Amino acid sequence: MPRYEPVIGFEVHVELCTNTKIFCGCSTRFGAPPNTQVCPVCLGMPGVLPVVNRKAVEFAIRTAIALNCGITKYTTFDRKNYYYPDLPKNYQISQNYASLGTSGWVDIDVNGTVKRVRINNVHLEEDAGKLLHPEIPGANYSLVDLNRAGTPLVEIVSEPDLGTADEALAYMNTLKNLLEYIEVSDCKMQEGRLRFEVNISLRESGAAKLGTKVEIKNLNSMKTALKCIGHETRRQTALLERGEKVFQETRLWDEAASVTRAMRSKEVAHDYRYFPDPDLVEIHITDEWQEQVRAHLPELPDAKRQRFIAEYDLPEYDARLLTASKTVATYYERAAAAHNNPKAISNWMMTEVLRELRERDIEPDDFPLKPEGLAAIVEMIDDARISGKIAKDVFAKAAQSGRDPGEIVNAEGLLQVTDTGEIEKWVDEAIAENPDMVAKVKAGQTKTFQALVGQIMKKSRGKANPALVNELLKSRIP
Amino acid sequence: MELYEMTAHELRGKFERRELSSAEVTAAVMKRAADIEPLVRAYVTIAHDEADSAAAEADRALAPGKSAPPLAGIPIAVKDNMCTKGMRTTCSSKILANFVPPYDATVVTRLRGQMAVITGKTNLDEFAMGSSTENSGIHKTFNPWDLERVPGGSSGGSAAAVAAGMAIMATGSDTGGSIRQPASFCGVVGLKPTYGLVSRYGLVAFASSLDQIGPITRDVEDAALLLNAMAGHDPLDTTSAKIMPPDYTTFINRSVKGMRIGLPAEYFGDGQEPEVRAAIDKSVRKLEELGAEPVEVELHHSPYAVAAYYLCATAEASSNLARYDGAQYGMRAEADNVIDMCSRTRARGFGAEVKRRIMLGTYALSAGYYDAYYVKALKARTLIKRDFDRAFEKCDVIASPTSPTAAFKVGEKTDNPLEMYLSDIFTIPVNLAGICAISIPCGFTLQNLPIGLQLIAPAFEEGRLFTISHAFEQATEWHKKRPSVMPSS
Repeated sequence: MPRYEPVIGFEVHVELCTNTKIFCGCSTRFGAPPNTQVCPVCLGMPGVLPVVNRKAVEFAIRTAIALNCGITKYTTFDRKNYYYPDLPKNYQISQNYASLGTSGWVDIDVNGTVKRVRINNVHLEEDAGKLLHPEIPGANYSLVDLNRAGTPLVEIVSEPDLGTADEALAYMNTLKNLLEYIEVSDCKMQEGRLRFEVNISLRESGAAKLGTKVEIKNLNSMKTALKCIGHETRRQTALLERGEKVFQETRLWDEAASVTRAMRSKEVAHDYRYFPDPDLVEIHITDEWQEQVRAHLPELPDAKRQRFIAEYDLPEYDARLLTASKTVATYYERAAAAHNNPKAISNWMMTEVLRELRERDIEPDDFPLKPEGLAAIVEMIDDARISGKIAKDVFAKAAQSGRDPGEIVNAEGLLQVTDTGEIEKWVDEAIAENPDMVAKVKAGQTKTFQALVGQIMKKSRGKANPALVNELLKSRIP
Repeated sequence: MELYEMTAHELRGKFERRELSSAEVTAAVMKRAADIEPLVRAYVTIAHDEADSAAAEADRALAPGKSAPPLAGIPIAVKDNMCTKGMRTTCSSKILANFVPPYDATVVTRLRGQMAVITGKTNLDEFAMGSSTENSGIHKTFNPWDLERVPGGSSGGSAAAVAAGMAIMATGSDTGGSIRQPASFCGVVGLKPTYGLVSRYGLVAFASSLDQIGPITRDVEDAALLLNAMAGHDPLDTTSAKIMPPDYTTFINRSVKGMRIGLPAEYFGDGQEPEVRAAIDKSVRKLEELGAEPVEVELHHSPYAVAAYYLCATAEASSNLARYDGAQYGMRAEADNVIDMCSRTRARGFGAEVKRRIMLGTYALSAGYYDAYYVKALKARTLIKRDFDRAFEKCDVIASPTSPTAAFKVGEKTDNPLEMYLSDIFTIPVNLAGICAISIPCGFTLQNLPIGLQLIAPAFEEGRLFTISHAFEQATEWHKKRPSVMPSS
């Protein structure tokens, strides 16, 4: 047992998928030319005032409900004051004194064991802009793009309830999945829509007393977060083992060097001087509003899993795997709707589709083979138009190109041969060419019978209907 | 009487009877402004061309058979902390000296909607922080009644312009007395509406929970006309009240018989000039003669008002003014890195009083001091508000001096900020309580300096203020006196 164990907590920033920003009417679309989705309000010009986007509040309520939080009846906004050029007002409108959701929890599945992680609070805030540092040698300036400034964020603050990298990964995955489920964010990490900040302290293994906490920013993927946890645990362990102290500080992850670095003292705001934003009135979240949001809450993972078991007659294992991500579940449901063989489709999902997604590191939405295509493949097997083996080839081709499976089968002449005349010809040829094998079959060797079937299938280039081959071969070798 | 000395309601009648055009009045006002601006220095920007074309447009709307809005063709000056699209808005600060907003404040939008003629932008204490307009980063403004004296502040430019005929009416903003105190010093009418009655959108924020825009005019009826144009809910300002304001002109020409006038002992103690005290006493007797009944009320917590105000207001200001960093608009001091750019810009762009308040406010919000200062100030604010609630159970309006003194000399108080802060001792509690108050001329000192009477009413009871101050005005001649500023030849 190592002498020290890490204690890990998360602050997760989620960009909400509202059409417009949190305090003005500007679009939140990603990827527009710099500073084209801005107005006096999100630019923080003199005299402008914020007006809260009701949809953003609703998404935050949804998030708080999904994370089992208590909803604050009168929620308020506060100003977090710090100077940075990507923050037009030099304060961020956030929530500090009356966060929208408090004291929640979420269950995570760590290699089959369920663990409950407490959520300290869920609150709303505005995103900052982006600084662009020109990669021109000698450039002595930076540029500011404020398109993102004012995009609504939900921040989910956990208690330090995680103890291992596995738990951290399960927590991140569970959150991402949940957020996709409740349709508050598309969680595209490559677009910065889901961002992680980790806090880590070490304590003597088994001890209750927590050590000094270090916060790490700038983690843009789960992989990075895990690397960072590993690195920071080693760094703090080394410090403690040398008898040195861990400083309470905020550090930045340096992706290139795979290390955390202390921020320059001038970059750190030591005191955010939070105070209630006098420009915004408190928001009354009535019971009716809360109930309305609850009633329209999209199906959560647990409920979906139960439904998959009941509706599609799937084993618990299948249902758990298929509902582990909302996008996978949606893919499955579309396929299952297109052809009525839910278990076969589930098998194809769990083996072929999930493997392809994992290997290519893509989302189901970006997978060239559409759910209806997968259903068509299974349907062709069920209708005995192609064999399972041919089906694998068709799948591989469709998964690469996105071509319609039926079209692939037709164009490449892969349709199963059920014409007994043609199959009889291959059977007769095989018997004629393999007298030794025929003798063994006659002697009762079933293995050799299968090998002979294989020879026939080979001759048909996999297209012969295996059942017919079996039947005909049996009738030829009494 | 010169055209530039008339009131808006008088001009309105002449426009309707086709005795005058907006172009004529505007020309007279703009000439007056140009003539005496070198002496009074009320404006930061005089908008000759814009005024001319607005007047021409108003005259087309005033043509026979058309129904023009009540303020059509009236030359109105706008305090330079309210954004005007395409017209420089400086807040009388070096840091915004070159700032041209791409949008109008809601109040400006409404004035334009009424086809008012915007004459230009008036001077103020930098970011409305001050009581004498001496803190302007552009230039000082002088009191038309005595050019060696201050016009009050922070809306000193607006009050001086209205008093001296450089505009018919003007907008002001009042965070702790910035409309009423200069109105009192310049012998004009100034109204601070209830918090939330007038939209703050486009008003460059000083202290957001206290700032209110209001009218500065030559008489009470004009104040009602201008408030009519400005008041009402604005979806761009969530702190603006969701009410339909009444037509405030319907509250004038009403009797004050039986109206109870609260006289708080705390407002009639030491610390005010005897001449001011005498004028207020005389005004209260005048109101009695008109049928009003004086009653004694208590405002126990008012001694804490100035202290609470200078914590709340500066705390908000320290955050509101953080955006002036040289990055996006306004002044920028060049530097090798962004941190130095920001701090140098602020060091050079802000004046001493603004820096003092930013530091005060930053301190009040700092970890470890927040509860002791900011939160405590909020509690005091609640107690002050409750005092007013109780007092208004016994009376309909409260009377007091607007300021403990008449206009003081330029430079007299600049070395002693605390003494300067005390000139708002009677006006500040009204902002803290979020209620409404008016200052009207009620007498003159032996040196011929105007004295103001403050009348305070509960939230959204501006109507009471118009009734009582109009009755007082009808029974007195103070509002008819005009300073005689002669252009130097």
